[in-house]
Amino acid sequence: MTYLHNIGAYFLMIKDMFRKPTKWSVMKTLIFKDIDDLIMGSLGIVAFISFFVGGVVTIQTALNIDNPLIPKYLVGFATRQSIILEFAPTFISIIMAGKVGSFITSSIGTMRVTEQIDALEVMGINAVNYLVFPKFIALMLYPFVISIAMFLGIVGGMAACFFGGYSSIDDYIVGIQTDFIPFHIAYAFIKTFAFAFLLATIPSFHGFYMKGGALEVGKASTTAFVWTSVVIILLNYILTQMLLS
Amino acid sequence: MIEVKNIHKSFGDSHILKGITTTFENGKTSLVIGQSGSGKTVFLKCLLGLFEKDEGSISYDGKIYSELSTDQKRDLRSEMGMVFQGSALFDSMTIAENVMFPLRMFTKQSKSEMEDRVNFVLKRVNLPDAHNKMPSEASGGMQKRVAIARAIVNNPKYLFCDEPNSGLDPKTAIVIDNLIQEITDEYDITTIINTHDMNSVMEIGEKIVFLKDGLKAWEGSKENIFITDNEVVTDFVYSSELFKKVRKMYLEEHKK
Repeated sequence: MTYLHNIGAYFLMIKDMFRKPTKWSVMKTLIFKDIDDLIMGSLGIVAFISFFVGGVVTIQTALNIDNPLIPKYLVGFATRQSIILEFAPTFISIIMAGKVGSFITSSIGTMRVTEQIDALEVMGINAVNYLVFPKFIALMLYPFVISIAMFLGIVGGMAACFFGGYSSIDDYIVGIQTDFIPFHIAYAFIKTFAFAFLLATIPSFHGFYMKGGALEVGKASTTAFVWTSVVIILLNYILTQMLLS
Repeated sequence: MIEVKNIHKSFGDSHILKGITTTFENGKTSLVIGQSGSGKTVFLKCLLGLFEKDEGSISYDGKIYSELSTDQKRDLRSEMGMVFQGSALFDSMTIAENVMFPLRMFTKQSKSEMEDRVNFVLKRVNLPDAHNKMPSEASGGMQKRVAIARAIVNNPKYLFCDEPNSGLDPKTAIVIDNLIQEITDEYDITTIINTHDMNSVMEIGEKIVFLKDGLKAWEGSKENIFITDNEVVTDFVYSSELFKKVRKMYLEEHKK
C-alpha cells in the first residue's frame, strides 16, 4: 500500500509542478542557479569518468578480441557502440543519480526540516513549482552533458589505443565510423531526456515529502538514489525494447 | 477576525485536537499557551492550512477556509505572515533578499521601491545594517527579527508566530514580544502567538487561549489569568515560585 501511495503522490507532485507557476523574473534566477549547480557542476566528474571508462572499454575489447581473424578496427566499433548506446546515457545517469540526485534530495529535504518549505506554502507559493520546476528545466540541458560524455568516452578509447598499442589510431577511427546508424544517437538522446526527467523528479519527491530531522535527510538521499537508479534501469530496458527491437 | 469552530485533528490513532472553538479578533495579540505536546503547533498549522483538519471549520473574515479553491487558499495565504520557531529563513539568500522575497513574489513594485520597503522594515525591527549578512551569520535574536520583518513586509492581515522567543535570552525575548505587539497595533493585524513563555503572557497577552491535551481548557485576558481559580491554568502558569509570588502580589495589590 505504501508503494501505491507513494506512486500516487509522485504523480500528483508532477501535476502540481506545472500548476500556478512562479513569477518568471524569480523563476529565471532559479533556473540559472540550478543549471549552474546541476549541469555545470557535473561536467568535471562526467568528463573524468567518461574519458577513463572509454579507455577501459577499449582495453578490455582489444584484449578479448585478440585474434588475427578479427579486424583491428573492431575495437573502435565496439567502443563507440558501448559508449553511445549504454555507457553515456545510462551509466552516467546512474552516477548522476548519486551526484545530482542526492544534492537535490538533501537540499529540498533540509528546507523541509528547517520549515523553509512551510514558509513558502504559508506565503501562498506553490512550493513544488518553485523548487522542482527549475530543476526539471535545468536538467533538460542534460543531453549536453551526455554529448560530452560520448565524445570524451570515444576520445578516451582512442588515447588508450594509442598509448597501449592495441590498434592504430587509423584503425580506431575507421572502427568508430563503421556501420554508423544515426538512429542510435536519437535513441540515446530519447533515453537521456527520459532519465533527465527522472533525475529531476524522483530525488525532489523524496526530499519534498520527507519527514523527520537531519538523520532522515541522509536516509532520504540514499532512498532517492536507490529508487532513481532502479527506475532508470527499468526504463532503460523498456525504452530499449521499444526503440531498438 | 479568525473564527475557529470545533476543530479536530488526529494523526493515526493519536487524537491531537479534540474540538477547539475560539475567535481571534483583529488588531489584537492573542496567545495560545499550553504544555509541550498540548497541540499548540498542530492548532497553529491547522489555522495556516499546513495541516488539513479532520472536522470543524476555520473562517478568515467570514471566508471559510475549507470551502475555498486551491488558488483562493493560496491567495488568502499571501495575506498571512508567519514567524516560525526556527525562523525558517531561506539560507541561500541574504537577509535583505529574505525580506524582499514576498515582495518579489506578490507585487509588481520596482526594484528601488522594494529596496525602500526592505530598508524601512529592517529599520522597524532594529536591523538597519544587516542587509548583506547571510542568515547563518546572524544570531538567534537577529534571525527572529528578520523573520518578523519578512512576515510583515507585505502588510499581512494575519500574523502567526510559533514560539517566537524560544531559545532567546529573557531580554531579547521581551524585545521580540514588544516588537510583535507594536507591529500588531500599528498595522491592525490579527496576531496569534504560540508560546509557553510566561513572560510573554504577562507582557502582551491581550487574549489567551490555554490548551491542555488537545482541548481548550481556558480563555481570557492577561488580567483574568491572575484572578482565575481554574486549577489547570494556575498549575501551569504559576508553576514557578517567581510567578507564584508575582500572582500573590498582584492579588494583594488589587484587594486594596
